[in-house]
Amino acid sequence: MRLDRCVALLFLVVSIVYGLAAYHFPILPFERNMAFLPNTLPKVLSIAGALLSLFILLSPSDSMESTDIDFRKFRLGQASGLILGMVCYAVLLRPVGFITATILFILGSSMVLGERKLYRLLLIAFIAAFSIWYLVQETLGIYLSPWPRFLS
Amino acid sequence: MLDGLLLGLSTAFSLKNLLMVIAGCLVGTFIGMLPGLGPMSIIAIMIPVAISLGDPSTALILLAGVYYGAIFGGSTSSILINAPGVAGTVATSFDGYPLAQKGQAGKALAIAAVCSFCGGTIGALLLVGFAPALASVALLFHSAEYFALMMVGLSAIAAFAGKGKVAKALLMTILGLMLSTIGESALFNAPRFTMGVQDLQSGVSFITLAMAMFALPEVFHMVLDPSRGLQGESNKQIKNLSVTKNEVKKIAPVVARQSLQGFFIGVMPGAGATIASFLGYAVERNIARPEEQKEFGKGSIKGLAAPETANNAACTGSFVPLLTLGIPGSGTTAILLGALIALNVSPGPRLMIDSPEVFWSVIVSMYIGNLVLLLLNLPLIPYIAKVLSVPRNYLVPFILFFTLMGAYIGQNNATELLLLVGLGICATVLRFADYPLAPLLIGFILGGMMEDNFARAMNITDGVSFMWERPGTLVLLIIGMALIAIPAYRNRGR
Repeated sequence: MRLDRCVALLFLVVSIVYGLAAYHFPILPFERNMAFLPNTLPKVLSIAGALLSLFILLSPSDSMESTDIDFRKFRLGQASGLILGMVCYAVLLRPVGFITATILFILGSSMVLGERKLYRLLLIAFIAAFSIWYLVQETLGIYLSPWPRFLS
Repeated sequence: MLDGLLLGLSTAFSLKNLLMVIAGCLVGTFIGMLPGLGPMSIIAIMIPVAISLGDPSTALILLAGVYYGAIFGGSTSSILINAPGVAGTVATSFDGYPLAQKGQAGKALAIAAVCSFCGGTIGALLLVGFAPALASVALLFHSAEYFALMMVGLSAIAAFAGKGKVAKALLMTILGLMLSTIGESALFNAPRFTMGVQDLQSGVSFITLAMAMFALPEVFHMVLDPSRGLQGESNKQIKNLSVTKNEVKKIAPVVARQSLQGFFIGVMPGAGATIASFLGYAVERNIARPEEQKEFGKGSIKGLAAPETANNAACTGSFVPLLTLGIPGSGTTAILLGALIALNVSPGPRLMIDSPEVFWSVIVSMYIGNLVLLLLNLPLIPYIAKVLSVPRNYLVPFILFFTLMGAYIGQNNATELLLLVGLGICATVLRFADYPLAPLLIGFILGGMMEDNFARAMNITDGVSFMWERPGTLVLLIIGMALIAIPAYRNRGR
C-alpha cells in the first residue's frame, strides 16, 4: 500500500476514535439547551475527516500524485540519532540544566552528522549556550536553570 | 491635523527619541529572530524599561521600534530556517523559505523588508486620515462576521490544493481544526480531548506545532537526503539583494492592494495580522495569472510580498481601535494598552484632545520605526543571510536547538519538547506521503477563533440563520466559499 493511503487509513481510524470521544463527551445540565455544544464541531470534523480519508483510500491511483520513495538511499541512522538526541535533551534539560544540556546536545548532534573537530565544536557550543542563556534569563528575565540541580 | 503632525514630528525627532527608536528596532529584530519570542512577549519584556524612561512619548517610541523590529525578526527566521515564531509570519514562510532554498535568501529578506516598510507606512498614512471613522465601522463587526472572516482566511488552504491534492489539503485542514479543539476553551467549562494528560489542558501550543510542521520536517529531510537544500549556491548569490525592474513591477500592485486590505482587516478588533497575512496570500494567489499561480508555494515573490505587506499594515491598523476607542484589537496592542495606562495615559476618544503629543508621536514613531528598520536592516541582510552558508554539520544542530528552545520558552515545560519531537516525526511522514502541511497549521490557528465566534453567533440567534440574515456575514461567506471552490474546480483536471 502506498504511503499516502496508509496515512489516509490511519486518519480514518483517528477520525473514528475522535468521533466516538466527541459523541461520548459529557455535557453539563445547563449546556444541554444551548444551540452550540462543546462536541458540535468535533462531531462535524470527525464525519468530514472520515469521509475525506475514505475518498483518498478509494480514489483511483492515477488521480493522486505518486509518492513512491526509495527509502534505502536515506541516512536513517543519522536521523534516528538526532531524534534520540532531541528526546535526551527534553529529558535531561531540567536535571542537568540548560547550559550543560545544550552543550551536550550540540556536541552530540554535530558528531552524529560526522563532525570531528571536537575542541572547536565545544567552544562554539559553549558560547552559543551561554549567550542564549544570558539573553533569556539575565536580560529577558525568563528563568532557565543553567547548571545541574546539585550545583544550583 | 497639520499642527498635530508637526507636534508629533518635533517630539519624535529629538535625539533621545531617535536613539530610542534605533535601539528598539535592533532589540526587536534580534530577539524576534528567536522562535518563541514574538512581538507580544518582547514588548511585555520591554515595558519596565519603557516605563523607567518616564516620558510617555519616548516610551511609546521605544515600544513601536521594538514592535516593528520583532515583526521583521520573525519573518527572518521564517525565511531562513522555515521556523515561523509567530502566527503572523507563517504565510511568509510559504514562499520565503523556498526562495531561500533556491539561493535567493538575500533577495527574499530584502523583499520582506521593503514590503514591510511599505505596508507599515501606507498603514500609518491611513491611520492619520481615517482612524476615527474606521473605529465606528469596526464596532459593526459581531461574532457572525468574525466567523465569516475566519472562513475567508481559511480559504488560503486553496493555495496548497493543486494537482490532485484537494482532498489531502482538506484532510490536513480538518486535522488542524481537530488539534485546535484540544484543551480548555473560553466558551466551554471542561477541557476537551486531553486524554487525562495534565500538560494538554491548555491545548497544543502554536509554537510547538509550527516548529513541528515546518522546521523539523525540513531538517529531517535535509539529514535523510543530503542532496537536498542549498546546492552549490555561492555566498555571493545568497547575499545578493538586487531585485529586477520586472520583479518590482510584479510586486508594486500586490503591495498597494495588501496595504489597504491588511490595514482594514487590522482595524477590526480580534482579526489582526494572522488573518490579514493568510487572506492576503489567498487573494493574491487567486487573482494571479495561471502561470504565476503555479509558482505560489514554490518561491513566488508575489507570495512573499503579499503576507509581509498585509501583516505590517494590519499591525498599524490594530492601533485604530486602541487609540480611538481604547479597545485593544490584538494581544500586542493589549500589552501596549497596559503600558499606556501604566504611563498615566488613557487611550480612547479623548486621547487626541487630552494628550495630543502622545497620539501624534505614536503615529510619527510608526513612520520613523519603519524607516529606521529599513535603513538598519538592509545593510545587515547580507550578513543575516550568510546563516545559510554555515556547514550542514553545524547548521542542523543549531536549527534543532532553536526549535527546541522556542517550544520550551513558550511553555516552560519539558513535556512540550517530547510533543514537539513526536509531532515532528508525524509531520515528516506526512510530508513524504505528499500531504501539504501548511493547511494543517492554518486550520489550527483559525480553528479556535472560528469555533468561538460561530458558537457565540449560534447561541445568540439560536441557530444558523445568522449566515443569511446578516448581509455582511453572507457576503463574506460567499467570498470564502468562492476562494476555496474556484481553485479546486480549476485544478480538477490537472
